[in-house]
Amino acid sequence: MSGDTTSIAAGLLPKDDLHRALLRSIVDVARAIFRARAASVFLLDAGADELVFEAVSGEGEESLVGRRFPSSTGIAGWVLVTGQSLVLDDVTADPRFASQAAESTGYVPKAIMAVPLVSGERTLGVLEVLDRPSGERFTMEEADLLGLFAVQAAVALDLLQRSRSARAVLAGGGGETPVLTRLAAALESTEGPDRATALELLGALERLLSR
Amino acid sequence: MAVTPHADDADALPAHAVAGPDALGLRGARRWPERVDRDWAFGGSTGAGTTVCVVDSGVDATHPLVGGVERAVAVTAADDETHVDPDETGDVCGHGTACAGIIRSVAPDCAIVSVRVLGEGFVGSGPALIEGLRWAVDQGFDVINMSLSTTKERFVADLHALTDAAYFRRSLIVASAHNMPVRSYPWRFASVVSVASHDIADPLAYLRNPDPPVEFYARGVDVDVAWAGGSTLRASGNSFATPHIAGICALIRSKHPDLTPPEVKTLLGLTATNAEDAG
Repeated sequence: MSGDTTSIAAGLLPKDDLHRALLRSIVDVARAIFRARAASVFLLDAGADELVFEAVSGEGEESLVGRRFPSSTGIAGWVLVTGQSLVLDDVTADPRFASQAAESTGYVPKAIMAVPLVSGERTLGVLEVLDRPSGERFTMEEADLLGLFAVQAAVALDLLQRSRSARAVLAGGGGETPVLTRLAAALESTEGPDRATALELLGALERLLSR
Repeated sequence: MAVTPHADDADALPAHAVAGPDALGLRGARRWPERVDRDWAFGGSTGAGTTVCVVDSGVDATHPLVGGVERAVAVTAADDETHVDPDETGDVCGHGTACAGIIRSVAPDCAIVSVRVLGEGFVGSGPALIEGLRWAVDQGFDVINMSLSTTKERFVADLHALTDAAYFRRSLIVASAHNMPVRSYPWRFASVVSVASHDIADPLAYLRNPDPPVEFYARGVDVDVAWAGGSTLRASGNSFATPHIAGICALIRSKHPDLTPPEVKTLLGLTATNAEDAG
């Protein structure tokens, strides 16, 4: 693929920094909604079958972003596998959790609300909200609200992840992909009746190919 | 009288009981008592003689609030094969221990069996869940506690077949409902008892929901639970409401071993805290 078409493809499809910005926004909003000391998000790396600490807002170590841990043990692993939300108080009572949290995020919370990130059938990861400065407990109603927000966040992440895969296919594709990329770029810059005609032609092509 | 046998038992009974109930051994159908209340349902029961299976993250059998388990197995899934072996690891999260402790607090004399389906990674967790449930149903446990669910459609047919098999074999599956707007299973199936949480601080308070698929609400808010490493903590979630109902079902089945899963479910509804004249 020539440099020109690569840059066009990059312009048409989301960049990696959008993914980072979305993750960042998810933890920032989650933390703000519940006036929490911290919020963090873990995404499943299905290839490695591991959870990856992707972003943190508030307490916690940015430098530990990228840290990996098992996908079906611990509190995050349980939430990921079972799809159920949890509200736990005094998690420091469990010495194993405390040391794992310190290792994976650099912050040992006392109270934790954890919900799965589910988009349709896909489970993408786990969103956690940790501690309130006041020490006030998280309620089930708040866990339900976090669950609602987590669905919105998961749908956005799912869309972005699908776009990234599409982009990877385009960037690394065979002989026909430059044609598709040029077509997509040309369509994007075409307006008025020509655009309508082009869309009609593409529709006809799609029908032909799906026969 | 028409009899519709379960597909697996197609040869067990003819499609029409033309020979009459005596020849077919169908005599002895119970008549429901005129009035049932909690005292009739489980008054004086401790769960003795029943076995409750916890399909979860494993159970710490040494935790004082669990009071020992009768048996513990773990399901492993690798290379498209699943195995059920004795569990040497125990609880890989803390949640299974919490469920076992709640069941023990409600039904102190029941036997508890742990089936660990977590710990082998997320990718193999669906097949592990299916295999773990299959094993539990094959064992014919009185009550099976499932504080977990799956959103993966490819497991729905297997799960449905297993919950139906449990229903006909008199194993009562009690499953956590999802309180997020996602489609998940098996709690949506009519052959299980589905549970969400209320915030009444009474472990024996349970509410019947006239608007399913969530059928019952039980205590699931600010519950002091057993956790990993011998610890206790305060927890909320539908997954803690479920073992409360599982424990109550063990009490009922201990006192009335002949009741079938739909009869136990009906009895729960008739004796719910919000039922008129629950007693």
